[in-house]
Amino acid sequence: MRLLFAALSAFLVAIAPALAAGSPTLDRVKKNGYLRCGVNEGLPGFASPDSKGNWTGMDVDFCRAVAAAIFNDPKKVRFTPTSAKVRFTVLQSGEVDLLSRNTTWTMSRDTQLGLEFVGVIYYDGQGFMVPKKLKVTSAKQLNGANVCTNTGTTTELNLADYFRSNGLKYKVIAFEKNAEVLAAYDAGRCDAYTTDASGLYAERLKLKNANDHIILPEIISKEPLGPLVNQGDQQWGDLIRWTLFAQLNAEELGVTSKNVDQMLKSANPEVRRLLGVEGAFGESIGLTKDWVVRIVKGAGNYGEIFERNVGQGSPLKIKRGQNALWNKGGLHYAPPVR
Amino acid sequence: MARFNSIPWWRTRRTQDVAFQVLLLVGVVALVAILATNAMATIQRQNIATGFGFLNNTAGFDIIQTLIPYNETSTYGRVLLVGVLNTLLVASIGIVFATLLGFVIGIGQLSGNWLVARLCRAYIEVLRNTPLLLQLFFWYFAVLRALPGPRESWGVADVAFLNNRGLYLPGPHAEAGFGLVLLALAAGAIGAIWMAARAKRIREATGRITPVFPLALALIVVPPAVASAVAGFPLSFSWPALTGLNFEGGTVVLPELMALVVALATYTASFIGEIVRAGIQGVARGQMEASQAMGLTRGQTLRLVIVPQAMRQIIPPLTSQYLNLTKNSSLAVAIAYPDLVSVFAGTSLSQTGQAIEIIAITMAVYLTLSLLTSAFMNWYNARVALTER
Repeated sequence: MRLLFAALSAFLVAIAPALAAGSPTLDRVKKNGYLRCGVNEGLPGFASPDSKGNWTGMDVDFCRAVAAAIFNDPKKVRFTPTSAKVRFTVLQSGEVDLLSRNTTWTMSRDTQLGLEFVGVIYYDGQGFMVPKKLKVTSAKQLNGANVCTNTGTTTELNLADYFRSNGLKYKVIAFEKNAEVLAAYDAGRCDAYTTDASGLYAERLKLKNANDHIILPEIISKEPLGPLVNQGDQQWGDLIRWTLFAQLNAEELGVTSKNVDQMLKSANPEVRRLLGVEGAFGESIGLTKDWVVRIVKGAGNYGEIFERNVGQGSPLKIKRGQNALWNKGGLHYAPPVR
Repeated sequence: MARFNSIPWWRTRRTQDVAFQVLLLVGVVALVAILATNAMATIQRQNIATGFGFLNNTAGFDIIQTLIPYNETSTYGRVLLVGVLNTLLVASIGIVFATLLGFVIGIGQLSGNWLVARLCRAYIEVLRNTPLLLQLFFWYFAVLRALPGPRESWGVADVAFLNNRGLYLPGPHAEAGFGLVLLALAAGAIGAIWMAARAKRIREATGRITPVFPLALALIVVPPAVASAVAGFPLSFSWPALTGLNFEGGTVVLPELMALVVALATYTASFIGEIVRAGIQGVARGQMEASQAMGLTRGQTLRLVIVPQAMRQIIPPLTSQYLNLTKNSSLAVAIAYPDLVSVFAGTSLSQTGQAIEIIAITMAVYLTLSLLTSAFMNWYNARVALTER
């Protein structure tokens, strides 16, 4: 009888963590004391380390926003540079808690890899860069072209679709790393360089004479880039998703990293709910009710992140375009906090 | 007969040996089983697709060099085949060049000429002691930077063109009756081999050396020439020509293939050179002196006495160099040569996400290639092994 009792209590102790509501991933992150974030190996504007090893970029800042929401400290992140080829495996195997690596949301990736896209952080599309001396002004003139790109991405498939549907011939030269794609393009191995348009702007800056190259007007694909988590931890997915929505909502309501403290006194009920003055929405995803204050203070709202990394405050100078908020002619539309 | 040892059966040496081996085997099997169950459970929990069904799905991407017909609507199974053939192509060309260059370097090291010996030594030290990936990038970008663009191609008589997109050559197309030419070529080759075997028999029986080379060459060249004349020259060519941005028609040798072959061949040759030197130095000095005393020339000494004996020591380590070269060819992905690792374990893997299946297939392919290479080299080694008379 005593033995049975002991076995029963041991069993209860063993299953207790599984019974308790919550997120195993969040618990692990809190236990580690830092967030492990998979990012690009080096793509200016999205994720690139400087000479001192400090990471900057939109994808990086999103990781910082999550860290700020959890720890109230945007610096509690460890970045893992991942190549296009290994990124999903790195997340699946649990080496990172979150993959924030300019990754296109597609059906097969969302349904077959055991992963979950939480939202769209950047609406991108695949484009072409060519040297000006080629005198090509449209992608339709690229018949017979040699095109450089990198392996393990959707770009190879989009390229095949585009040339096939337009009845054009082409040859694809696919490298494993961005650096070699650019070097081969620079050495004249190919007539055009194709990847997401944001990536083309970033890579163009690395060329000796950036002005000798143009980005063609055609955008040949939809590339909604977003962060991913592993399936199976619903609350962790919610936490990441609502961090993104919080940043978008903060921009929509005019809450910035500079004015967030004054905004706490705002009379607008939407702002009061967002910042946790009314209600305690953060608690439902395992955070505190001032979670958005932490996010905006630590990393800024969506507009601030955009302008700082890829927009007018950066060398890339990409316009908001599709990445403006829904009420300013763009596609970003976050569900409300209520 | 009375048993002298009173040790019980479970304490005998033999029982204990077997018991430990059984224990080890059980341990290994259990470990593999645990790993496999864990992987399966994780895959199931995370809803990752499994199985080999994906091999029949459409791949949807293009490959720059295919030795068999392939397009975007082909399947992943076809991609696998294309990748294997591309790997075999680069490995086999690489092995031929590495062997030739390796023997030259190895023999050159033993040359009486001070400069030649030192140059060969320096070659080995430099190539052997720098990373292959670095050398690969060096050759690739050296090749690319040195060559002109397609519109400024270097041409030879408007037939062959060299530019940074590759070496463009006329592409041969077999017409009706080409089989006859191949037949004649095969017959001529068999005849040449028979003649060489006969010359060897005569030499071993009588010591008389009969000239073989001129007649053998004639046997290989003349019958196909006659056959093609009879069949009305059944071979046509497509000519490369600049249309639009690039050359069309003909066949093309990609700069990626050139760079990869050069890098693999020169790198592996530095190891083969050392193996050849060691093999030659392993032949007893008396052999050379004896053959010179018998009046053989220096060339004959090397060809008939030294190299056949050295081969016995050269073949086994040479085999492992061939295996290394084949496996090193997987660095191709760094310079965009579409080998097995690039198109199958790279692009296909990231499109389907089925890492375990794809990596297992890729490993099985390399294992098979390696085992086949060693089987062949072991057979060859047995042939050249010392036959006691």
